[in-house]
Amino acid sequence: MHVHFLDPYRPGHSSIHQLDARVKFILTLAFILTTALTPIGAWPIYILLLAWAIIVEILSELGVGFVLRRAVLALPFVLAALPVIFTVPGAALLSLSIGPWALTITLPGAERFISIALKSWISVQMAIVLAATTSFPDLLTAMRAIKVPRLLVAVFGLMWRYLFVLVDEALRLMRARLSRSGESDREDLKSGGALIWRAKVAGGMAGSLFLRALERSDRIYMTMLARGYDGEVRAAPLPPLSRRDWLTLWLCLGLLFAILVGAALF
Amino acid sequence: MHHSIEIEQLYYSYPDGHQALRGVSLHIEPCEKVALVGPNGAGKSTLILHLNGILSGNGRVRVAGLPVVKENLGKIRARVGLVFQNPDDQLFSPTVYDDVAFGPIYQGLPPDEVRQRVEKALAVVNMSDYLQRVSHHLSVGEKKRIAIATVLSMDPEILVLDEPTAGLDPRARRSLIKLLDNLDITMLVSSHDMLMVRELFPRMVVMDNGSIVADGPTQELMANEALLKAHGLEAP
Amino acid sequence: MLLSPFLSPQPMHIPDGFLSPLVSILLWVFSVLAIAYSLKRVNEDLGERQVPLMGVLAAAIFAGQMLNFTVAGGTSGHLMGAAIATILLGPWAAILVMTTVVGVQALIFQDGGLLALGANIFNMGVIGVATSYFVNRTIRRIAGERRWGVFLGGFLAAWVSIVLAALAVALQLSLSRTSPANIAIPAMAGIHALIGFGEGLITIGALALIYAARPDLLLSSKQRAVGGNALWVSGLAIALALAIASPLASSQPDGLEWVAEQQGFLDTARGPFYEIIPDYIFPGISNQAIATILAGVLGTLMVFGVSFAVAYSRRKRRLNEVRQSR
Ligand SMILES: Nc1ncnc2c1ncn2[C@@H]1O[C@H](COP(=O)(O)OP(=O)(O)O)[C@@H](O)[C@H]1O
Ligand SMILES: [Mg+2]
Repeated sequence: MHVHFLDPYRPGHSSIHQLDARVKFILTLAFILTTALTPIGAWPIYILLLAWAIIVEILSELGVGFVLRRAVLALPFVLAALPVIFTVPGAALLSLSIGPWALTITLPGAERFISIALKSWISVQMAIVLAATTSFPDLLTAMRAIKVPRLLVAVFGLMWRYLFVLVDEALRLMRARLSRSGESDREDLKSGGALIWRAKVAGGMAGSLFLRALERSDRIYMTMLARGYDGEVRAAPLPPLSRRDWLTLWLCLGLLFAILVGAALF
Repeated sequence: MHHSIEIEQLYYSYPDGHQALRGVSLHIEPCEKVALVGPNGAGKSTLILHLNGILSGNGRVRVAGLPVVKENLGKIRARVGLVFQNPDDQLFSPTVYDDVAFGPIYQGLPPDEVRQRVEKALAVVNMSDYLQRVSHHLSVGEKKRIAIATVLSMDPEILVLDEPTAGLDPRARRSLIKLLDNLDITMLVSSHDMLMVRELFPRMVVMDNGSIVADGPTQELMANEALLKAHGLEAP
Repeated sequence: MLLSPFLSPQPMHIPDGFLSPLVSILLWVFSVLAIAYSLKRVNEDLGERQVPLMGVLAAAIFAGQMLNFTVAGGTSGHLMGAAIATILLGPWAAILVMTTVVGVQALIFQDGGLLALGANIFNMGVIGVATSYFVNRTIRRIAGERRWGVFLGGFLAAWVSIVLAALAVALQLSLSRTSPANIAIPAMAGIHALIGFGEGLITIGALALIYAARPDLLLSSKQRAVGGNALWVSGLAIALALAIASPLASSQPDGLEWVAEQQGFLDTARGPFYEIIPDYIFPGISNQAIATILAGVLGTLMVFGVSFAVAYSRRKRRLNEVRQSR
């Protein structure tokens, strides 16, 4: 089986694809931080940030539709914030009466809710663009550049290397279970088994996955030793950033800072 | 009497767009034993996964008299015993007993009947002593036999095996062949093991590139060197 | 159909936008400290020999989170994995493994935000592992090398880690003023008391298989599971802090209560309810309690809503991806 569909990376030659991963990584974080720092109800700033995100999406040639669709699907968590429309005190906006009760949506409550939803939606768009335009090895480089310790980067790298193998294994286990999940012809029998038994079976599958992973890691270690691994994780030095990368980095950071100042004045 | 397996013009493409089945038609009578051969990537495993609705493509598939559609999947999965290539995927319980008991418990059989089914299935594969053993530590050959027992315990009408002799040493292979020979049940077996095919299966179906390119008596097809060669196979 | 396992009804990964910058950054600092200390300890113990072990186990936890079992009505139970990782690898490596899993989920799959990643690592990695370690270690010490200790320890560690991680999520949301404490906290606690049960059962199932096949991994004198007393105390402290802070926070008068007040609901409630539940039978029961119960019910519905929506959209998203991946 092939589960490469899991990998959201879409190779391409757009200017966003070509931007150095380190710059993209830092700018994405800075953008999301700026969005987080923007106060509730700062609508013009949100529009500015959204415009920024959409420009990046257009430049990335991923298609604005592609990013927006994914972004909306990642959004159901907003329901967690829904109660604030009733609980933030303030001027009433709308009263819903349900039987003997009346729920009042307040203006500040609605503002807060919409702001949270917008911020979340704008932020996730940038994260999607980062993942879709940057290959995983490049992301690892970016992690090294922001001083994530080598050992942790090496763990990330190995995880990625074996992720698809193990997801495949999990899918095959589920396939095998499904194949034997049959229904008897006898009318008096109810199929499915007890809940606790089902949970234990799923646990057995997980256990077998973990056990095989542990044994696989031993074999991997042996092959690493056989190829001269001496317990040190080494990595090639990071290549320098180009002038264009530096320029983009500082320009965008400057713009984000300006937006922040604007948000503060707002 | 219905055909055990009836496949009519089956097409299937994987989500990545790769077309793995291109109009496959196949009929298998009850108690027939059929070998499915063909080079790697021919689409054998893909075809097998259609027999109990794990995959579903375009075309008509009927198994044991039932169309393979959503409503029937439960019944069909009880009637078709699918043994996967890698027995590790099929053995996910602490003991051999638990693994073999999965199918019957899922079907909701009462405990003593489950036990009977497990004991019978293990007896058929000659592994009665392994009831309380830990699947994880068995040899590949033993695992393979247990994997077959895990589907025999469901009392299926049809047994489907994907490359059962791959990776077995000669002795394990020999005992598996003996086991398959003794089973009196409709059987579809994909394999690269041409010696086994000649020994066990009167009928042979050759697949290549998502289509069936030959279907007939094994004797005849094995004699057709040009056919075998064209599809990357070798006469034993 | 095969992709339905991606349905993961655990509203545990906080996206960006839901935490205030202060909370996000504070939790990043905590997580970075915990990761740095774990790295130091892992290096001291077995060093980089552990790299393949942690990398492959992280991939296995990610894949293991897909393994599901049907609960009822189209919902299913899943594994988060902090407890089993702690038991198999010891707490320090487990923190790094969970960090990697949660990190890849955020970076690649946008399950959880990037600025919120510090919080998510803290909840699922640090809190999940430290409390698992504390619970499991305690039970194992009591049970010695006996078998029941392995399973009871695993079950309780799994349950506690899920419930406490969920409480932490709720507290962080209410500290960020994203969700009212007296709704989010009881709701997250209630739902995750159930989800934790599923986690516990799956963990027992996994331990049963590993115990049968490789008891040495669980009963080893090799002591993969060494964390030391300091970590045991930290686990206890985290558990206590969450257990105390949560009811305190959720009794803050900022939830549905004022809605009730505003609408004169309290007056309505005071009539018939007050007579059915007289003070001397249930001392302390008051209209506030009724409001809290109502808040709890509403909040529970809300968390269910989030779970279903998350689950549904994930399924749709994966299915879309499969379709588009051509
Ligand atoms: N999950 C999958 N996604 C995409 N292509 C696949 C998948 N599984 C198999 N294939 C492709 O489909 C074709 C048939 O595969 P398969 O049925 O496994 O062949 P066989 O079992 O005959 O070796 C091969 O080209 C294979 O690469
Ligand atoms: Mg195959």
